[in-house]
Amino acid sequence: MKSEHAAHGSPHVLPVQTYLAVAGALLVLTIVTVAVSFVHFGAWNLVVAMVIAATKAILVALFFMHLKYDNKMYLSIFAGSVLFLALFIIFSMFDTLRRADIYETVGHPIRPNAIIYQQTDSTQTSTGSAVAPVDSTAKH
Amino acid sequence: MSMNHAAEHPAFLEHHFNDAEQQRESAKLGMWVFLLTEVLTFGGLFCAYAIYRSWNPDMFFNAHKELDVWLGTVNTIVLITSSLTMALAIRSMQLDNKKRAILYLVFTLLFAATFLVVKYFEYSHKFHVGQLPGKFYTFTGIQGNNPHIFFSIYFAMTGLHGLHVLGGMCLIGWLIYRTHKNRFSSAYYTPIEMVGLFWHLVDLIWIFLFPLFYLIG
Repeated sequence: MKSEHAAHGSPHVLPVQTYLAVAGALLVLTIVTVAVSFVHFGAWNLVVAMVIAATKAILVALFFMHLKYDNKMYLSIFAGSVLFLALFIIFSMFDTLRRADIYETVGHPIRPNAIIYQQTDSTQTSTGSAVAPVDSTAKH
Repeated sequence: MSMNHAAEHPAFLEHHFNDAEQQRESAKLGMWVFLLTEVLTFGGLFCAYAIYRSWNPDMFFNAHKELDVWLGTVNTIVLITSSLTMALAIRSMQLDNKKRAILYLVFTLLFAATFLVVKYFEYSHKFHVGQLPGKFYTFTGIQGNNPHIFFSIYFAMTGLHGLHVLGGMCLIGWLIYRTHKNRFSSAYYTPIEMVGLFWHLVDLIWIFLFPLFYLIG
């Protein structure tokens, strides 16, 4: 019984070198991300930091969490959580980053009978044109 | 066969599983679903971070300078090393090396404690100078609108993460006790593997918290 079990369910053992190599890569990437943060790339700083963090996360998930060697169902559950988190954040940002546009529209209401789709020449802003006055205090 | 059913099975195998492999796979499935809920729990906070940072980029940049990059880096290295020792503890149990497994688990526990001690010094400094969430914020040295928002999100995210570290330490302590009591072997080490997965997720979340709070460019 014992030997039969061992033959069937014997654990998948990774060599120590694999774990050490992954940990080494994680430590090097940590140093790199700290060093890069002192260089100013503007908006690219965030991108670089997130790419390095994602690389580290993938290393942890594949090797420390064994996802590379396990049943791929576990990998799909984990990938699913990350996918829905990405959707959550991206759609929230669609709202919060563009919310100011709506406030602007509310602040400059369109009057009754206004011609909304009139072409305006480049010297005039659309809100400044005579056909769609912007003085919201004058309304009502 | 059915008469001897209980006698033929190893002690760790619950009666509602066909074999040890099925039991192990079921436990792992349950653990990954739990980790999914963990990702989504922290996800809400990551989303709050994204929204408030996009609204207040300059304030976030100014406020992040109050965090100590070196303490953050040390804690990152400590946590990555603890993940390594956790993985090596599982490997030792896979090879039936009980003493080595306990040694690695103790190291993992010590690294976790080191992380929380460093966090304690960071927190107590912020409490001292009044860099606190919401209405408790009394610090005056940061330019920009509503710097208390930065510290609200900082304390919420690192606080929840710290609680996970504390919970992980309790679980690792429990593993050390059970390993010492000869409850695990290469045939059955599922609890060590599951706590390992939890511990790696805690490490993984910190991998994102670190650059988002300490390394704003």
